[in-house]
Amino acid sequence: MQVEKFSYDNRIVRLFLIATIAWGVIGMLVGLFASLELIWPELNITSWLSFGRIRPLHTNAVIFAFVGNGIFAGVYYSLQRLLKARMYSDVLSRINFWGWQLIILSAVLTLPFGYTAGKEYAELEWPIDIAITLMWLTWGINMFGTILKRRVKHMYVAIWFYIATFVTVAVLHLVNSVELPVSFMKSYSWYAGVQDALVQWWYGHNAVAFFLTTPYLGLMYYFVPKAANRPVYSYRLSIIHFWSLIFIYIWAGPHHLLYSSLPNWAQSLGVVFSIMLLFPSWGGMLNGLLTLRGVWDKVRDDAVLKFMVVAITCYGMATFEGPMLSLKNVNWISHFTDWTVAHVHVGGLGWNGMMTFGMAYYLVPKMWRTNLYSKSLANTHFWIATLGIILWVIPMYYAGFMQGLMWKDFTESGAQLQNPEFLTTVSVLKPYFMLRSLGGTLFIIGALVMVYNLIKTAQAGNFLANEEAEAPALVNSKAGHKGEHWHSWIERRPIKFLLLALVAILIGGIVEIIPTFMVSSNIPKISSVQPYTPLELEGRDIYVREGCYNCHSQWVRPFRDEVMRYGEYSKAGEYIYDHPFQWGSKRTGPDLHRSGKGNNMNKSESWHYKHMLDPRVYQKESIMPAYTWLTDKLDVSLTERKISAMRTLGVPYPEGYESQAIADLNKQAEEIYQLIISQDPEIKHAKADMEVIAVIAYLERLGSDINKANPVEEIAPIETVIEVEPETLETAEDSTKILE
Amino acid sequence: MLSYIKGHLTSIDGIEIYPIISLVIFFTFFVGLGIYIFKSDKKTRDEIKNIPLEDN
Repeated sequence: MQVEKFSYDNRIVRLFLIATIAWGVIGMLVGLFASLELIWPELNITSWLSFGRIRPLHTNAVIFAFVGNGIFAGVYYSLQRLLKARMYSDVLSRINFWGWQLIILSAVLTLPFGYTAGKEYAELEWPIDIAITLMWLTWGINMFGTILKRRVKHMYVAIWFYIATFVTVAVLHLVNSVELPVSFMKSYSWYAGVQDALVQWWYGHNAVAFFLTTPYLGLMYYFVPKAANRPVYSYRLSIIHFWSLIFIYIWAGPHHLLYSSLPNWAQSLGVVFSIMLLFPSWGGMLNGLLTLRGVWDKVRDDAVLKFMVVAITCYGMATFEGPMLSLKNVNWISHFTDWTVAHVHVGGLGWNGMMTFGMAYYLVPKMWRTNLYSKSLANTHFWIATLGIILWVIPMYYAGFMQGLMWKDFTESGAQLQNPEFLTTVSVLKPYFMLRSLGGTLFIIGALVMVYNLIKTAQAGNFLANEEAEAPALVNSKAGHKGEHWHSWIERRPIKFLLLALVAILIGGIVEIIPTFMVSSNIPKISSVQPYTPLELEGRDIYVREGCYNCHSQWVRPFRDEVMRYGEYSKAGEYIYDHPFQWGSKRTGPDLHRSGKGNNMNKSESWHYKHMLDPRVYQKESIMPAYTWLTDKLDVSLTERKISAMRTLGVPYPEGYESQAIADLNKQAEEIYQLIISQDPEIKHAKADMEVIAVIAYLERLGSDINKANPVEEIAPIETVIEVEPETLETAEDSTKILE
Repeated sequence: MLSYIKGHLTSIDGIEIYPIISLVIFFTFFVGLGIYIFKSDKKTRDEIKNIPLEDN
């Protein structure tokens, strides 16, 4: 057989690895800063450093810059070796690298400045969304080109995970990013309200699945056997792991929307599939850990294995916790609290972080052809990082649990909330927030120790840019042998494999997405719910710009405590003009859906004015940023286009309303201004054309339309929920039935 | 274009059958996968298993 000589491209791996570590440290530092802002709100020095803008920067940096580059580094290294072929095109590899870094750079240059689509983990605006699509496609073409010119007959299991990652992330990104541009850096989500929520969490959940999990499982299936120098524990298990994971994962999205106005059956579907997901997840975890059977002694000495063992263990913990959190009776307490944040960080710091570190400790000595500079520094890193995770996560579990219960606590007579003031439940968290920041600091120090160790290693070694290799040419990659099974057949046919994987994820996707579109026709319209006025719309855009959804939900769940604290629980029909939806996923501050007129928690215009500019005027302990920059003049240059864009999306503004919009906007702003100065004559510096006036208009409108409805005919009386225990509660879908 | 798709999907008769169909596909797929797993050839499995270890 003819033996061919070729070389592996290590340069591209080096580039991605450096980017992984550099962005990783930056992303973590941004996270640390955001965590400190929750302790000392004074750190919200300027608009572009405020929590609502910095938190999306942190999540995007860690997910797409740290883990994203980590995926590419690992894939570009392992793919070439698993296929015994150089990457299909060095040019595409370079385009992939520089394009991806430009996308990250554009995120850094837009998110802190308020350019955001307002949907979690999908904040980047439409031109960047297009760039992401192109870069993702570049990677896909490069990967498939390599697969097609491979010298190994079968595609190893890691490659299946890479293929599934490619195809699913493409589908998710395309469906969730359908938006209507208003200007170069402003767009509205095509979907509205409940529909937008369902699409977003189908995306959000599966971004975790197919960006943070499947590619890293592929890396696990390559790097763990390499580091342990023995094959994966069970190849059978890996086949079951792969197919069941991608099949089931895609269905579980609605567990992010339990007790919302999403139809009950969709919520139940999410719960059932989340529980089922435990099996493939743990199958994969066991397959990873059992690969080390017989060589556990190596784990004591080998830093790479140490990091990987903790990573896989954290994967197991996070994937156990996920199904548990999706149980309705657990979600009842955990949702909107720091419990979820802790859960995410077991995955982020533990699974992705530790796996990336393990991979870096493996790759640098390999590619620089030397030994690791210092084993003891690597061990130090390992222990600091592990301690950091523990210090980060455990206080937050406790804080989340405590806060969830405090929200639900009633006085002894049962007539009143024990903690009617939301802030009481936030102030008690301060020590836990501090421990979290300490944990994060340790984790970053560990990463810096690694940076030093790896730089020293690289300096001592000699980088091998093109690693020579040889392998017999693959004569006919499609030739099988007698009596073989279909999976062996499919493993030799990458394109068919891609299509099969696509079908597997589309089944779950379609079953959820078709009803999503049906949801719009299933939502009972509430006649009194009307489109936002131009001023409210501008205020809403500022709400999105400032990232208020990072701390405030707009989704009152049908529980006695929430109804008592916030007011009437939220109805699906109230969101029909919300492009994008702003339900949020975390309550660092109170829910705002009932902040509008006619609701118990409604505050006056002057209260909002003073509170926005300095929340500590009213509550010394408040950790909300002081939005001093909202005294800027409101920009109305896009108002008319926004109205017509909204009409395109189905919001019933009358034809030609654009010409009247600015006049209406000014009129309403003047009314609010007059109210503010009459309510509090001490306010001297207010002006009718300030941005804050628009925000106040929006807040005074939120969740107020139902108060204009005929209470007997259209709205479920509050009494119907008060007696209901969470265990027996059927969700808000029932309430929407009452509306019909 | 999207509203076109939207309109058509919402008007499909008997849309409820979709979850049932997909569950059937789901069930069949896993039974098939199970059967394959237990019948697969050990030699091929071992060959594939060792691919990562063969590059140095």
